Amino acid sequence: MRDVIRMIVVLGVLSAVCGGGLAFVKSGTAAKIEVQQLKFVKGPAIKEILKGATNDPILDRFKLKDGDVERIFFVGVFDGKPSAVAFETYGKGVGGDIGIMEGVDLKTDKLLGIGVTTHKETPGLGSRAKDDPKFRAQFKGLPINEPIKVKPDGGQVDAISGATITSRGVCAGLMAGNSSYKKLKSQILEKARAFAK
Amino acid sequence: MSETSLVQEFTKGLWKEIPPFRLVLGLCPTLAVTKGIETGVGMGIALTFVLVCSNILIASLRKIIPNKVRIACFIVVIATFVVIVELTMQAFTYPLFLKLGIFIPLIVVNCIVLGRAEAFASKNGIGASIADGLGMGLGYTIALGTLGSIREIFGAGTWFGHAVFGASFQPFTFMVEAPGAFVCLGLMLGLMNLAGKE
Repeated sequence: MRDVIRMIVVLGVLSAVCGGGLAFVKSGTAAKIEVQQLKFVKGPAIKEILKGATNDPILDRFKLKDGDVERIFFVGVFDGKPSAVAFETYGKGVGGDIGIMEGVDLKTDKLLGIGVTTHKETPGLGSRAKDDPKFRAQFKGLPINEPIKVKPDGGQVDAISGATITSRGVCAGLMAGNSSYKKLKSQILEKARAFAK
Repeated sequence: MSETSLVQEFTKGLWKEIPPFRLVLGLCPTLAVTKGIETGVGMGIALTFVLVCSNILIASLRKIIPNKVRIACFIVVIATFVVIVELTMQAFTYPLFLKLGIFIPLIVVNCIVLGRAEAFASKNGIGASIADGLGMGLGYTIALGTLGSIREIFGAGTWFGHAVFGASFQPFTFMVEAPGAFVCLGLMLGLMNLAGKE
């Protein structure tokens, strides 16, 4: 009986100490990990969309809540004015959510460009949403107030051949992002103003 | 513990019991992450850290840990240090973390770490356990670095990402693929046996 108690106590105390230590390390590194993930996962897409910005959009960011979803907005400063934001939105693809970074011009309310951050699409087919610049270039200049759809659905976007579902997912993701942008527009303008240089 | 035996505990991991080549342990990451020297050495350093820390903790707790639950205790200790390594790598060397991927969390079940805890740290003092962990970890790092260098130089024509041959070099891509790992490891094992023949 004493053996059993000793085993329980030793294992219990050891687990508790280790768990506590891990919680400590986790909270200590959380902020750094977030920055690293932004830099290496979302960074390339943001840099491409906000090309020519004089600031570092990854550092100049703010968060806003749209219902339950928290979105991070990256501000692009052009000619000293914060005139564009990029943010991530999600659409359903074949293998799961497709993460899409979309850039919006704050003055004209038009898409500046899009980039795919994370996806689980079929390599060689759906993955071209990320790798094929021609597909992405089609979205540049589309007004956010109009629906974005692929051509088979009566829209303006040429779907990737063999990856209609992925293309639809990207469009649906952008529409969700756009509606969120419209809802938060006044708050975005207010927050972005703080980054003027 | 006298000084000479401490040195012995340390150096045995470098040649006599060098983990992947002599003990032939921990082969899964050895084969998988040695596409280049950077990933190989990164993996080796991560493992060395876990090995040394878990050896220290297990050696200092060896009289308290009841025999019947020792494996469970070892795993708790090892898993803790692995998660610490994982979080630290994410915070400071994110690209390397992405390259090593699943093999960092898998250090928990790496037989070298559990093997050293069970066979050495649970029976020896703290000093000897540190020497043992450092030696084994360094041996593992050297082994992975050597394999990674050979595969990267011949398979991609680069070393640490820098080109080593002229532009006319045709990479021997077989070396960076999975079968190349087996062939390369086999040749290394053979050479080690030949060199160590008495």
